[in-house]
Amino acid sequence: MNSRRPPSDPGIRSLISLAASSGLSRRGLLGGGAAGLAALGLSACAPPAPPSSAGGAPVLQLPKDVSDTEKIVKFANWTAYLDYDDKTKTYPTLEAFQKKTGITVTYSEDIEDNDSYETKIEPQLQAKQDIDRDIFVFTDWMANRMIQRGFVQPLELIRMRNAANIRPILQDVSFDPGRNHSLTWQSGFAGIGYHKGKVGRELKTLDDLFAPDLKGKITALSEFRDTVGLIMLWQGVDISQSFTEAQFQKAVDEVTKQVSDGQIRRIKGNSYLQDLTSGNAIAGIVWSGDIAQLQSNTKDDNWTFVMPESKGTLWSDNMMVPITSRHRRNAQKLMDYYYDPLVAAKVAAYVAYICPVEGAQDQMKKVDPTLVDDPMIFPTEEYLRKETRSFRALSPAEDQKFSQIWSKAVGN
Amino acid sequence: MTTAFAASAREAGDPQLTPPRRGGRRRGWTPYLLLVPGLLWLTLFFIVPLVQLGSASLQSQWPGAPGYYYRDVNVGNYVDALSSYGVHFLRSLAYAGLATVLCFVIAFPLAYAMAFKAGRWRNVMLILVVAPFFTSFILRTIAWRQILADDAPLARTLNALHLLPGGHITETWVAVVAGLTYNFLPFMVLPIYTSLERADPRLLEAGRDLYADRLTTLRTVTIPLAAPGILAGTLLTFIPAAGDYVNAELLGSDTSTKMVGNVINSQFFTVLGGYPTAAALSISLMILILVLVLGYVRRFGTEEVL
Repeated sequence: MNSRRPPSDPGIRSLISLAASSGLSRRGLLGGGAAGLAALGLSACAPPAPPSSAGGAPVLQLPKDVSDTEKIVKFANWTAYLDYDDKTKTYPTLEAFQKKTGITVTYSEDIEDNDSYETKIEPQLQAKQDIDRDIFVFTDWMANRMIQRGFVQPLELIRMRNAANIRPILQDVSFDPGRNHSLTWQSGFAGIGYHKGKVGRELKTLDDLFAPDLKGKITALSEFRDTVGLIMLWQGVDISQSFTEAQFQKAVDEVTKQVSDGQIRRIKGNSYLQDLTSGNAIAGIVWSGDIAQLQSNTKDDNWTFVMPESKGTLWSDNMMVPITSRHRRNAQKLMDYYYDPLVAAKVAAYVAYICPVEGAQDQMKKVDPTLVDDPMIFPTEEYLRKETRSFRALSPAEDQKFSQIWSKAVGN
Repeated sequence: MTTAFAASAREAGDPQLTPPRRGGRRRGWTPYLLLVPGLLWLTLFFIVPLVQLGSASLQSQWPGAPGYYYRDVNVGNYVDALSSYGVHFLRSLAYAGLATVLCFVIAFPLAYAMAFKAGRWRNVMLILVVAPFFTSFILRTIAWRQILADDAPLARTLNALHLLPGGHITETWVAVVAGLTYNFLPFMVLPIYTSLERADPRLLEAGRDLYADRLTTLRTVTIPLAAPGILAGTLLTFIPAAGDYVNAELLGSDTSTKMVGNVINSQFFTVLGGYPTAAALSISLMILILVLVLGYVRRFGTEEVL
């Protein structure tokens, strides 16, 4: 280690050079430092211009790839989203990858939710400063924003043979047709979840959810593409095709009505599970994987997930290479590795979300035969096309408008 | 002072009083050097962000590119923010004010008991007041959500007695104010306790000896003695409570209990293009609290409190 290596932060570097060039004295250092800080403060104030302010598609300037010399890749993912061995404290599939390729993977569970992680890295991405990650994972709508803003590198699909194993329904998503910038990590549903015993009957539709006897016992997701999406589907709007602001507004009005009537108790992110366990809510609009976890955590088979008759939503989390990464080739190798059907089956057996890889179902026979026919991990293509819809990618203007409307609807 | 004195001594031509030059210079430098870490800290983590926040609150959106801005002096951001979210401001002030009053009502007798009546239990009580800080603020608030839950004993009992109009405790303003009161109580107890503990108990005895009844003693002796602590306690409770969003998020509802902190959070994190609004709201909140606190301190921050 070279202890005299200059600091990587350009602000600090400029301060040091300023100090070094000015015949250093204590007072001089302080004065120069203050001037530098003030300059730093002011320059940081200037907001960056949009990537394509001159019009036309953004021109991406990719950093020089050093994958051949630096055999590393840094992977930022969501919590509890990769097979983990409690005994050895390692991720078995990652270990196998490192052994096979000689590439060292740093895996970090950095991402708690889309908004806060995006807010954290955005200033650096805009300034083209390395965020020290080579892969990050965002949900469809945030992936859409990242691609639109030119924050991700295109993938060299020709070097990723396994990428062709992606399930057909995930191939031509509206935010990234042909998957040139992203690859699905896992997918899931939003639908109706409830406790059979406490509700005392079967729930099949949103009408059932809004029945008077469940007043104040319903929870909904703060992710509007799921909550409003389900309600739009219920109102007969196809969320995967173009729809109008009026149609969106109509669904939001329905949510507002149900909230102010006291039917929907709270609209929440991940923490809605606490309300289900504490009895504050006994049914609601939920994510499929959570109900499976609730079942196994509480050892209570009464927890049930159903797809509403008016259809549920299908969402995905997508791996992408940030624009600042200098290890794109290594990152691609890692993505490609996770699209090997056997590896994908191993991950699916652990995380129990919808596996995006074609052929993993066959390989699951070797991993865990009891999961081969699990419809929540390997739903058929026909089922997905018939029973679910994906919320279409929004334009930046719609994105702004709709997030504002939704924020008002939940009392902010 | 020393150098001035030394200078005048020199002018008077008294060589005996002239201190060695080097020592005098060193004394002149030391206070500034001691200030350096603090000043650097303040500049880097207070002044620079504040300037940035102010500049963000005035910037305008890049036409046709939500999420991008250009530098501007767009006062309209403030007008929009305050007209859309004035209700949230009032709510924040009301909840924080209510929580401060409740904290005082709970904290004063407690601090009094600790200072004068606790005897050997004093340290135990002190530890009990501080102990909750050993767990995270968020965790404790989530725990309250469980304690106040529909299936928990409290809500069940109240429901059985038909004392709960809406059927539940959480998702009401009562729960939010209760959460604020609980979370900021130690900030009220500790300063009042410190003031009372320093007070001379003989002054209270003298009050009784001079034929004041208990209430008069409290009003004219005890409370004035505790005044610095009360002032510090109310500020330490009110200011963070007015900006708090955790209690409203975890214990409140989606319709009528969100505070200004929740709006700032949602404008900053979830609404695309909400930065200027969030910044304008933050600056407004800061100014509002500053004005209120200055008025309060000018009114009560003298020796003759109450």
